[in-house]
Amino acid sequence: MAEAQKMAVSDEVAIQITGMNKWYGQFHVLRDIDMTVNRGERIVICGPSGSGKSTLIRCINRLEEHQSGHIVVDGTELTSDLKNIDKVRSEVGMVFQHFNLFPHLTILENCTLAPIWVRKIPKKEAEETAMHFLRKVKIPEQANKYPGQLSGGQQQRVAIARSLCMRPRIMLFDEPTSALDPEMIKEVLDTMIELAQEGMTMLCVTHEMGFAQAVANRVIFMDKGQIVEQNEPKEFFSNPQSDRTKLFLSQILGH
Amino acid sequence: MAESFVRKEMLEAQAPPASQAGAIAWVRENLFSGPLNTILTLLGIVVIYWLISTSLPWWLNGVWNASSLSECRSIVAASAGEGATGACWAMLRERWHQFIFGFYPPESYWRPILAFVLLFVALAPVLFTSVPRKALWFTAIYPALCFWLLWGGPIWTPIVAMMGFVILGLAVVYLSSYLGAPGSAAAGVVAAVLWWLFLQGPVAGFLASNLPFGLASVNSDRFGGFLLAITIGVTAIGCSLPIGIILALGRQSNMVIVKALSVAFIEFIRGVPLITLLFTASLLLQYFLPPNTNFDIILRVIILVTFFAAAYLAEVIRGGLAALPRGQYEAADALGLDYWQAQRLIILPQALKISIPGIVSSFIGLFKDTTLVAFVGLMDPLKGVTQIVRADMNWKGIYWEPYIFVGAIFFIICFGMSRYSMYLERKLKTDHR
Ligand SMILES: Nc1ncnc2c1ncn2[C@@H]1O[C@H](COP(=O)(O)OP(=O)(O)OP(=O)(O)O)[C@@H](O)[C@H]1O
Ligand SMILES: [Mg+2]
Repeated sequence: MAEAQKMAVSDEVAIQITGMNKWYGQFHVLRDIDMTVNRGERIVICGPSGSGKSTLIRCINRLEEHQSGHIVVDGTELTSDLKNIDKVRSEVGMVFQHFNLFPHLTILENCTLAPIWVRKIPKKEAEETAMHFLRKVKIPEQANKYPGQLSGGQQQRVAIARSLCMRPRIMLFDEPTSALDPEMIKEVLDTMIELAQEGMTMLCVTHEMGFAQAVANRVIFMDKGQIVEQNEPKEFFSNPQSDRTKLFLSQILGH
Repeated sequence: MAESFVRKEMLEAQAPPASQAGAIAWVRENLFSGPLNTILTLLGIVVIYWLISTSLPWWLNGVWNASSLSECRSIVAASAGEGATGACWAMLRERWHQFIFGFYPPESYWRPILAFVLLFVALAPVLFTSVPRKALWFTAIYPALCFWLLWGGPIWTPIVAMMGFVILGLAVVYLSSYLGAPGSAAAGVVAAVLWWLFLQGPVAGFLASNLPFGLASVNSDRFGGFLLAITIGVTAIGCSLPIGIILALGRQSNMVIVKALSVAFIEFIRGVPLITLLFTASLLLQYFLPPNTNFDIILRVIILVTFFAAAYLAEVIRGGLAALPRGQYEAADALGLDYWQAQRLIILPQALKISIPGIVSSFIGLFKDTTLVAFVGLMDPLKGVTQIVRADMNWKGIYWEPYIFVGAIFFIICFGMSRYSMYLERKLKTDHR
């Protein structure tokens, strides 16, 4: 935990969300969200199922549209302007629960596709970058295989490498380990911890409380579409304030 | 307490008893496993025996050398005895060219033959990835070349027509940075259509009168047989796939107008029999077109057959699109790919791969449906040519032989397509499930 505090957080704002609301039809899924994320912050978002965690981080790269309030990512406000959306998406990486690799492309092609077509980087250079990140997630030898030939943990590490190849300034993780067998969770978490130590701005929806304690500098607890409590991990776990948080923590840590 | 045991000698493998393996076991298990199976097997044997015993003499007594059906019959009677049946293949010897070419001028048979051979050259880079990509250039010019070879006329007509596509391409390349992909494509289409409507005729006419170079022109009413079927089939297959893809994407679109138009088109075309569309092609289309345009009947038929196939393909492809998990779209979006990039690089390759069996069935159906053009007076191989052959006094009364011949050629082509689709599925299998 001491280590977590060491990692630098700057004053520069990376994500600013103010008064944001979202509805699915009549259902008010996100209510009055206010949140500021500084560059270099590692934020863990937790909360009961259906509390809107996924929806919140998916609003940050506009996979979901919000209906009121403002979301500003790296100085670009997310509106219906496609240029802004493309700009934000190319700067924000996202890792999904079910990896969502492209099964018809090799691992290397998965990693070079977006740099080549979105960033217009020459193929050769994109491949070098891809190999660099595949080495970093420790699976360079799988580069020419297809996703279907890899284990879940390996696929998730490829998904992380694929995002990193776009050189994002912010990374979003939506329950990256919850579809994995226990023995593979560690290899993915190790990769994420390494990323955190390099100063990546990260928002991570996860129930891995060990991870939260090791790298997060802030834990956000959500319930019923609202941010109920946020605090630094030590305080959050040892001294939760709201009853909902206490109940939630007792449920996930209790047994 | 268990007795201890250590094996000293390993056992050699032995052949299984005869009742477990070999032909006898196979027959017992698969043909006579129970009373019902035994009855069905015996019934099947009887049916097969009956089929063979009645038709075999007909095949064996086939006559290849004769100049009329009555001569065939007398040869069969002389060799196999009075009352024996025999096929009269001699008709094919004399008339095969009509089944293949219709009334295409015989001195120009080399043109469709060359076009047919070049078709494979043009298809090779599309069908097999091992062929160098540069060969796609030939594929691109093939339609114009093929048109010129088949219909003849001054070479300038197809070249000037192709210029329309060049204009479209240039517009997309040079305007896309100002107008975006859809905008530049729309501008290109408008420019190309203007070219075709107003400039194509004068320019081609000018070139043709100053640089006369061309082939003897062949009118559409000379086309027939498999030349006609393959011309319509291949063109419609080639054009219906892209149109089908666009319709399928349109049907999934968020843009209300695009979606409504796609749905209306698909449902209308699918809801109407092909023959109705063909009559439309032969009669009605003329009313809608500007009065002095003389739209070739084959071209009109091709357009409607293409629409018909495209509507079916759109639904097949929509099935493929629906089978893709949402995550694929989301991953593409999250990486910053725009709509067209995501479709082209991520969604369509997978959706089309899933749809290959359905797409190829549609193509096979389309190719067989080309025989329906007989209803608008074109000489399809099945009805059109056969009727002409039977109208000849020499071959009056011949029945099975032309249908068997035409059926066999259709079978070879369709079976080839089906085999190719299986090859393609195997080759594209990367999911390793
Ligand atoms: N496309 C949608 N249409 C309608 N309702 C939706 C949609 N997506 C999510 N919801 C609803 O919104 C609420 C929040 O969903 P969300 O996926 O954000 O929850 P979550 O906190 O990520 O839950 P989990 O831990 O189960 O992933 C849920 O009640 C869900 O049923
Ligand atoms: Mg979720």
